[in-house]
Amino acid sequence: MKKQDFVVRFAGEGGQGVVTSAEGLAQAMAQSGYHVQTFSTFPSQIRGGPTWTQTRISTKEVLSSGDDLDVLVAFNQYAYDNHKDDVAADGVIVYNSGEFEIDESANTLAMDFDELAKQTGNNRAANFVVMGALANLVDLPINILEEFNKQRYTRGRDSDQQIIDSNNMALSLGSAEAQKSGFNLGELADPIKPEGEQVLLNGNIAFSMGAAHAGLDAFIGYPISPATPILLWMEQNLIGEGKFVHQSSSEIESITSIVGAGFAGKKAMTSTAGPGFTLMGEGIGLAWMAEIPLVVIDVQRGGPSTGLPTKTEQSDLLTALYPGHGDMKMPVIAPGTVEECFVAGVKSVNWAERYQGPVVVLSEHALSERRQNIPRPDLASLSEENRKVYEGSNGYLRYDGWELSPMPIPGGPGSYVANGSEHDAMGDTTHLPARHIQMTERRFSKLKLLNDGTFESENESSGIALVPWGGSKGPAFDAFNALKEEGVDLAWYYTMYIHPMPEEMLSALKEKELVIVPELNYMGQFASVLRGDGVNAIPITQYTGLPFKVRDLVANVKELMNVAVKDGATV
Amino acid sequence: MTLKNPEYDFKWCPGCGDFGVRRAIEGALTEFTTQNEKPIENTVVVAGIGCSGNMVHMLEKQQPFGIHGIHGRSLPISMGIKMGNPDLNVVVVAGDGDFLGIGMEHIAPQALRNLNVTVVVMDNGVYGLTKGQSSPTTELGVVTSSTPYGKVESSLNPLRTYLTVGVSYIASAMSSKVKDMSQLISDAMDHPGFSIVHVQSPCTEYNNTYDALRGNEKKGIKAIAYEIPEGHDPSDIEAAQELLNADGIPLGLVYKDVSRPTFDQKIHDTIGVKEMKSIESLLDGLTI
Repeated sequence: MKKQDFVVRFAGEGGQGVVTSAEGLAQAMAQSGYHVQTFSTFPSQIRGGPTWTQTRISTKEVLSSGDDLDVLVAFNQYAYDNHKDDVAADGVIVYNSGEFEIDESANTLAMDFDELAKQTGNNRAANFVVMGALANLVDLPINILEEFNKQRYTRGRDSDQQIIDSNNMALSLGSAEAQKSGFNLGELADPIKPEGEQVLLNGNIAFSMGAAHAGLDAFIGYPISPATPILLWMEQNLIGEGKFVHQSSSEIESITSIVGAGFAGKKAMTSTAGPGFTLMGEGIGLAWMAEIPLVVIDVQRGGPSTGLPTKTEQSDLLTALYPGHGDMKMPVIAPGTVEECFVAGVKSVNWAERYQGPVVVLSEHALSERRQNIPRPDLASLSEENRKVYEGSNGYLRYDGWELSPMPIPGGPGSYVANGSEHDAMGDTTHLPARHIQMTERRFSKLKLLNDGTFESENESSGIALVPWGGSKGPAFDAFNALKEEGVDLAWYYTMYIHPMPEEMLSALKEKELVIVPELNYMGQFASVLRGDGVNAIPITQYTGLPFKVRDLVANVKELMNVAVKDGATV
Repeated sequence: MTLKNPEYDFKWCPGCGDFGVRRAIEGALTEFTTQNEKPIENTVVVAGIGCSGNMVHMLEKQQPFGIHGIHGRSLPISMGIKMGNPDLNVVVVAGDGDFLGIGMEHIAPQALRNLNVTVVVMDNGVYGLTKGQSSPTTELGVVTSSTPYGKVESSLNPLRTYLTVGVSYIASAMSSKVKDMSQLISDAMDHPGFSIVHVQSPCTEYNNTYDALRGNEKKGIKAIAYEIPEGHDPSDIEAAQELLNADGIPLGLVYKDVSRPTFDQKIHDTIGVKEMKSIESLLDGLTI
């Protein structure tokens, strides 16, 4: 049987072309009809430092970045030392012999990347030397890469042809080196072209486009890894009459200025990561209290404090739900795939408008930096919503009653005071117990308007369920499928609507004897939230700064199931 | 709020300078709505936390929109409102603790942007609402509840700070001179850019500076506040610097620069004139 799946990791120093090699390969393979996913991790510095990017190429949809490497491309000694153990038993290590030397072992292929590039007359062709070698290792027709080269470098410049020719020569040189070595990983099966149009993008961009599609008017953000690309996308694209995008002077300025924009009738948003999210707590509370629509996306990284700025973790769930003091609980949407990031962009803006309050989106580093082919979003099926606006005459009681009421917009009728202090119906500050009761219940009552969250489920009859959240969805679903193939009787439930969670899903989980929650944090945050809701949930935790490996999840799920069955659970 | 709202139980102390500021703001708003033929709903009053922040509820005449936010953040809130709808007349009301203590970090960025809002600062040199702690403008050595052995920090000169960070309209007023103050607030609302009317608004309970500001012949106290001489040219930054480097508190228009574009104008000229691509066409660019 031909090879269905090909996993390559490029590792080296920032600036050596690690990321461009991986993304170039992904782009080339996606263009020829394969499914691809890249995963990057790099240090928090401008140049240099250990960087690696993994590209997974498959004939089927890619859900996780791949446990074992078919090929490690090591650009330097450090990369070789730190990644060689992740290479599969029958895998190959291609290393840059111009940069460092190693004792030849059975599965290493020495190539002087830079010297070979020089031979083409283009010192920057090293990426193509590597890609040529990779193509040879899996008997990939070289014309796929040649076609990518032609498309990528036809830019209407005089030097285009020269670059294209040298890159093609680099492909041949690399391929010849691999051929000489005698290594072969087996032929990669022909692609099964996905049905429908595909787009290639990462989670941050997908989310930004979704939000813009929902009619976002104002975006104010402060640079922070790994959320900065959202700010940059907005600065570039959210333009035109009536739009306002700006880089603020702090996360406190970001959140409070979008409170102002939301109050003024605009669809407003900010993006941040853990440290900035913490600073926003008080401002989010103001939006909850004064009933002002806005969206905050927290692209999680490792925490606490400055933590691991460029690594992945899912440890902001509790703070996302409860970002500030007092009685409040945020609506939280945590997309698990690039495709879901787009939907979360639309949905978060719509939810904020619909219930007139703040909505939190939890993304994560691994998702934000993951480039993946996804079906082109069907915009017609994702329509935008607008808040109910007050259109009567003056003298309106904006906060009257126990449920959502239309919102006056400055410049229009119904002037009132949007108040972060407890207030009466017209918005004036009050301390009366009856008002605090009414307004607290009013604010919580609006959450029931957000009852349109959807969920996925499989094999619902099993007494034990696997329930990941966020970006752990992919590896968890791979693990679920692997267990299913082994005949393990396990249920699957997943939603990106963490709060409010689809009622039908929550009641199903309450009936389970055991719910297993894989999540990238120490405390088992989602499991503890589910336990609070009356679900017997146990977490599988990992806090390495990296995503789950499917193999580890399979082993851990089995172990937890065995214990549960011994304790009398009926599967 | 309306004149009689039994649920609203906040009160300023008798003699509080903020009463005068209220009358001045009400006067300026009336003039603004009449002159510009814009309804009062076109004005938003943004308040922070402190005695001064209650201004937004205390206005008794026509009711503008209001937002009573969190401590120290009235400026960025006002930015979101003004940039969300540049057509609105946005007035920030803040105290010295709110604006110059916790909120200090927001002044320079708005000055650099020349955000077109008007700020009325009620400076009483003390944290009144929390009952008498020292503020940035409390004088060195003064005993307050939080400086029982005397304040050890220097006091801030707000007017000099505004001029240094590039505020394009700076006026100084005294709460007991309502007419002058109202005129300055009106003028500030008309100013195309970031305007601050800094008002000496004494706290009779914790820092009664009426005598010091206005002088008291009987007690032999000389006034530290004085009217800016007629010959002062507010468009001359060096003259303004000279004025502020001298002793005492000058009252009147200190500085006014109308040469800089406003933030909303700049945003309009840079991104407002561009055309946003449709999401469909952006997706076309990512198609494989």
